[in-house]
Amino acid sequence: MAAEKLFHRPARPAELLIRQVHVLDPRSGIDAPHDVLIRDGQIAELGEPGALTGDSIPPTTPEIEAAGKHLFPAFVDPHVHLRTPGQEYKENIETGTTAAAVGGFCQLIAMPNTSPTIDQVSVLKALTATATEQAVVPTGFLASITIALQGSELTEMAALSDTGALGFTDDGRPVVSAGMLRKALQYQRLAGGVIALHEEDPALSGEGVMHEGAVSARLGVAGIPSISESTFVARDAAIARFEDARVHFQHLSCVESVEALAAARAAGARVSGEATPHHLTLTDEDVLGLDSNFKMNPPLRSESDRQAVIEGLRTGVLECIATDHAPHARHEKEMPFEQAPMGTTGLETSFMAVYTTLVKPGVLPLSLVIERMTAGGALYGLPIPRIATGEAANVVLVDLEREWVVGEGGYASRSQNCCFHGRRLSGVVELTVAAGSVVFASRGAGITTLTEVS
Amino acid sequence: MSRHLISIDDLDRPGIERILDLARSFAEVSGREIKKVPALKGRTIVNLFYEASTRTSSSFELAAKRLSADVVSIRSAGSSVDKGESLKDTVQTLSAYDPAAIVIRSPWAGAAQQITGWTDAAVVNAGDGKHEHPTQALLDVFTLTQALGSLEGLNIWIVGDVMHSRVARSDILAFQRMGATVTVCGPPTLIPRQIEALGCSAQDTMANLHEADVVYVLRMQHERMHDSYVPTLREYAQRYQVNLPRLREGQLVMHPGPVNRGVEMSGDAIDSASSLIGAQVKSGVAVRMAVLYELLVGAPVLQAVA
Repeated sequence: MAAEKLFHRPARPAELLIRQVHVLDPRSGIDAPHDVLIRDGQIAELGEPGALTGDSIPPTTPEIEAAGKHLFPAFVDPHVHLRTPGQEYKENIETGTTAAAVGGFCQLIAMPNTSPTIDQVSVLKALTATATEQAVVPTGFLASITIALQGSELTEMAALSDTGALGFTDDGRPVVSAGMLRKALQYQRLAGGVIALHEEDPALSGEGVMHEGAVSARLGVAGIPSISESTFVARDAAIARFEDARVHFQHLSCVESVEALAAARAAGARVSGEATPHHLTLTDEDVLGLDSNFKMNPPLRSESDRQAVIEGLRTGVLECIATDHAPHARHEKEMPFEQAPMGTTGLETSFMAVYTTLVKPGVLPLSLVIERMTAGGALYGLPIPRIATGEAANVVLVDLEREWVVGEGGYASRSQNCCFHGRRLSGVVELTVAAGSVVFASRGAGITTLTEVS
Repeated sequence: MSRHLISIDDLDRPGIERILDLARSFAEVSGREIKKVPALKGRTIVNLFYEASTRTSSSFELAAKRLSADVVSIRSAGSSVDKGESLKDTVQTLSAYDPAAIVIRSPWAGAAQQITGWTDAAVVNAGDGKHEHPTQALLDVFTLTQALGSLEGLNIWIVGDVMHSRVARSDILAFQRMGATVTVCGPPTLIPRQIEALGCSAQDTMANLHEADVVYVLRMQHERMHDSYVPTLREYAQRYQVNLPRLREGQLVMHPGPVNRGVEMSGDAIDSASSLIGAQVKSGVAVRMAVLYELLVGAPVLQAVA
């Protein structure tokens, strides 16, 4: 498995010369200004600034003068909700992947909690066919672990895997029955693919709609305790270890979960974890105004939980950043907090929110954030985007000096429910190249012959 | 005071005191034969109640009428709300009548705050979910001020189901703002984790109840038993019922109503001389007149609009 499990619409291979750009790719060990030549969708040459001249560059090649800007391997998001099929009023493949292109992404993994659920080969086939026509950014898909996310019958995991599923998840819900999860993990030996888990004990979450703590006590809003997540992480890590299964824990949000994951890893379990930009940058204090854009599951937790997630990301207990991009229509979110659906969009703000809140003040190094922004696909066996000669061009050009206000110019996503709405963020994506094609170029990118490119 | 009354946090101590002063003069009006002043003549007040309510809705209605406002009262049962209309659509529809104020009771936290974005009217929170009930807290402060002169230095215990009580939350804030010390007491299952963040302290037993100058009793709902917050109401009553043997001389007792006689309070405590429950109900109209007056006449922003 690998790239053939990513689906996108065909696009013209990029021809592009990016001059004087500061290339940062921690995996390639590059952190210096370069000229970068992209030919036929591949990184053809990487040279010292000013070194790429002469016959190797066709005179019609569009150029970008990018002194002072950064070129990173384009980002990977292993956790998005594209709402197709069935909820296209929230998002569709085209709008969701366009939002991803705007946010600098070159690979996405979409969740199966659609309507219908991606729990049958026929549904997955139709979805990958749609993605082949509409996806701007290469997108892979997870199928559900159980039929209709009901937790009672396994899907045809092997057949779904053969049809292109990168793995399995009931995301949005936990697999409540330990026995059912164990069977899925045993069956994984046949079907392959990663099993990704949304961890939450419904008996502990109860009617909760936000983190249980000082803020929920103040607001009189039912809380979801941290142990709702962490006890399931500990339980399922133990089952995974017993079955030697490969499990990925989605959107971990609290101290106890990060500890449980670290302990399981130390004990030899094949488990990984992800952190969202919102759990890295916001806390339950942000919920005080009961703005439903701050309602998500798992909920924004306390400051000590946020610090634990940051530390988890720093130490690598949490290998990657994942947005959990969860669009909802305006009328759905314009409800009293307790009634509104859970979820925030994130594709257009992911890197910029983390950069502004954690990198700029010196909490995390830029290179570490770039590494974590690009690691999510590899957990599912996808190739890691790299900036090196001969690699397919998967790059993002970012001006870290420029600031913008989230939502001021609208959103590429069909939905507006972004928890960073109205915030001033540093870092503007000027160009995204995914799978060798330009998928996004802002006016500010200054491509001299952009019309010829797209 | 801001344009709306959503939370006790909208009021500083001078703001609360101004409302108490106003309430005192309106209480005088309520003692007259003709209980009406022309302050809001020609202005419209909408009472939008998404939850059953006797005291709050009737006292808001009376308060508006005694200020000579035109009042429209809407209850969710039988209204367009019942037919699935969203809160936003309902509020925007009612706003077409150009009301000066909308008084809203909702089962959902934050609803009152939310509708301020959808109407030009001043919004008064008459209870939003388990979040806040600021006019109840103001009338509780008013009642105590009438009885004792001031809350400064008082030790007030709030007893019972703090978790599910919007009254408790608004009272904790208001009592403290007026100089009192607040202790909450109840079964550990019904005291929210980290409630101390509101500035109060928490107790699991009534052992130190004698320290209280005022005992504020919360309603204990029957469904809490079915959700296993308490094993039985009998056990709850054994441990937490406020009754005469548990009260000492000079302690005052309050309750927001409606009371479950024999559960959170014994009948003799309800009817005792130390009970302020009747005075609380009486205060309701005067305090709500004061709030409406302060928002619609007192606030300079609204004077400019009007």
